[in-house]
Amino acid sequence: MLAGLAADGPIERLAAQHCLADVPLRAFLDDILEVEGDAVTELIAEQHDRDAFAPIASLTVGAFRDWLLDPSTDGRALAELAWGVTPEMVAAVSKIMRSQDLITVSAKIEVVTRFRSTIGLSGHLSTRNQPNHPTDDSRGIALSALDGLLMGAGDAVIGVNPATDSLSDYIRICEVLEAIRTQLNIPTQHCCLGHVSTALAAMERAAPVDLVFQSVAGSEKANNGFGVSLSLLDEAHDAVKALGRAPQGANLMYFETGQGAALSSDAHHGMDQQTMEARAYAVARRYRPLLVNTVVGFIGPEYLADGKQIIRAGLEDHFCGKLMGLPMGVDVCYTNHSYADQEDMDILLTVLASAGVNFVITVPGADDIMLNYQSLSYHDAQYIRDTLGRPPAPEFMSWMEANGIGTPGVTLPTLDNALANLQIPLA
Amino acid sequence: MSQLHHLSRQDIKALTEARLTFGPRGRAMDTSTSLQFSLDHARAREAVLSELDVPRIQKALKAAGLDSQTVTSAAGTRDIFIRRPDLGRLLPEATAETLHNESPLDVALLLADGLSAIAAALNGPAFVTALSKRLLARGLTIGKIVCARQARVAIGDRVAQALGAETVVVALGERPGLSAADSLGVYITHRPKATTQDSARNCISNIREAGTNVVDAAEQAEQLIVAMRETGLSGVELSMARAENTLTSQSD
Repeated sequence: MLAGLAADGPIERLAAQHCLADVPLRAFLDDILEVEGDAVTELIAEQHDRDAFAPIASLTVGAFRDWLLDPSTDGRALAELAWGVTPEMVAAVSKIMRSQDLITVSAKIEVVTRFRSTIGLSGHLSTRNQPNHPTDDSRGIALSALDGLLMGAGDAVIGVNPATDSLSDYIRICEVLEAIRTQLNIPTQHCCLGHVSTALAAMERAAPVDLVFQSVAGSEKANNGFGVSLSLLDEAHDAVKALGRAPQGANLMYFETGQGAALSSDAHHGMDQQTMEARAYAVARRYRPLLVNTVVGFIGPEYLADGKQIIRAGLEDHFCGKLMGLPMGVDVCYTNHSYADQEDMDILLTVLASAGVNFVITVPGADDIMLNYQSLSYHDAQYIRDTLGRPPAPEFMSWMEANGIGTPGVTLPTLDNALANLQIPLA
Repeated sequence: MSQLHHLSRQDIKALTEARLTFGPRGRAMDTSTSLQFSLDHARAREAVLSELDVPRIQKALKAAGLDSQTVTSAAGTRDIFIRRPDLGRLLPEATAETLHNESPLDVALLLADGLSAIAAALNGPAFVTALSKRLLARGLTIGKIVCARQARVAIGDRVAQALGAETVVVALGERPGLSAADSLGVYITHRPKATTQDSARNCISNIREAGTNVVDAAEQAEQLIVAMRETGLSGVELSMARAENTLTSQSD
């Protein structure tokens, strides 16, 4: 609606869906060239693989949906299609798919990435342990991280959103997380989610950087708003690779999307929110990332007003990312000015797990005390693991078993003796 | 490096407000924790949906010797305001016309609901009163306080233009977190225009009993306004100029 592209009621919306279903997929290959002088548009054109596109080259958007849902279109066929589809095709087909369609197709696609743990294996569900603290206090971060580890959270990443973008805090946060990882011998990776330029500066100073993080968007102008360009991301990717902290061939980047940055900075070039979101995935996939997640409910009610819209958008984003070959996770979350609550998050978590989401974000008690929004709790992750039988990454699962996590014989420090046991840099 | 001994639950709570688990693990949140969470969320929602208690605020301002007037943004109602922040930034033309002043002002002061009218009511009048006294003592003209309903920060730019004010201060309720719904944020902009970007504003946030107190906030706001009038800058440009000044004076 903010983009001025909303339908004027249910009948008009359906008419639009009918029209969309009849559009040939080939038309989107001409369409992407319409935005002149946009680096993301050029990237999309450059990424497109005509051979991979061949199986669907003659289809309309509607026939593409049927093809995706056909039982004979298996995970392998969908994996081979990844570089044959453009963001515009993926966003278009998502708009004529029901929730169960989005789940059915996503669940067929397995996107596996590796660092110290293997993420995305079919039947597994990983978690980001997000121990944010409003003043980046080392002890506060350590306590929240441990709270999650004691419940088996953090096999995708232990990742902190820093309160400031200062280099010294960035380095200290990396050191705190590195201390926890090495002292508890955890087969996972960590990340300070500061700006990519801060990560570059930290790597120059030999900080222990596992993953480089950046928020990305679907146009050059919107990425400028984040202070990033493809060349800066290229530079950061090369730098983190050169650190050699991961096994050969590991995935080294972490991206977040779904902020609605393109629309709020008026950098959407007349395109709708979902297309701009899928275009951000084109940026992300250039770097073979370990993790990508949409922060779907963080966007605010001007984009997604209520629980129903957040659930729908979470499924769409996950589907679009997976179809483009990304290791897609979701921050199942909402802000206090949205018409949503924890009940909606229960439903979104449950449907995403059915759809085979690679990972979700978890915080102590579902309350992020730094970013002031609600995500999932460590308990919520436990609920879905137990109910749907979705263990974490195999390496991490072995570590949990070896340390008796979830049993009375747990060998990790407890919250009350954690800071006596762990050696972490305080300032 | 840390060498801390055993921490009590009280020690831990002093270090972090995170909702850590102290009881048994491996099961759902216990009933009291679960219900407490829902209650905290309900409080945050109530703050978001609350309407600005204009009569009460005007009475408090009057008691402090301050006259006030009220405007409503183009959003009109709370529901529209929440879904359409763009309308919350606009002042209807008819309203703008009622604001015309006889002579230009140095500073326009707005008290707005933002995302928590409760925060605006609890901490707004005291902040506005404290700042007004400081500005008047400096001989600056401030005119009537403007109470703004269904309003975002940028509505201040339009109000300031209508009043012919050189600087605008918007005090408004911040988006409630799960633990606090009474936080007031203050945004100050020099020579605001309809096209002013957020990077041209200076902000003082988390003004509440358990955060930055009203007196300190008013002092900071006064200093910012003085600096803006001296340099003609606000926002990132002002911060950079001030950082340079600090460096210069240190090297002196």
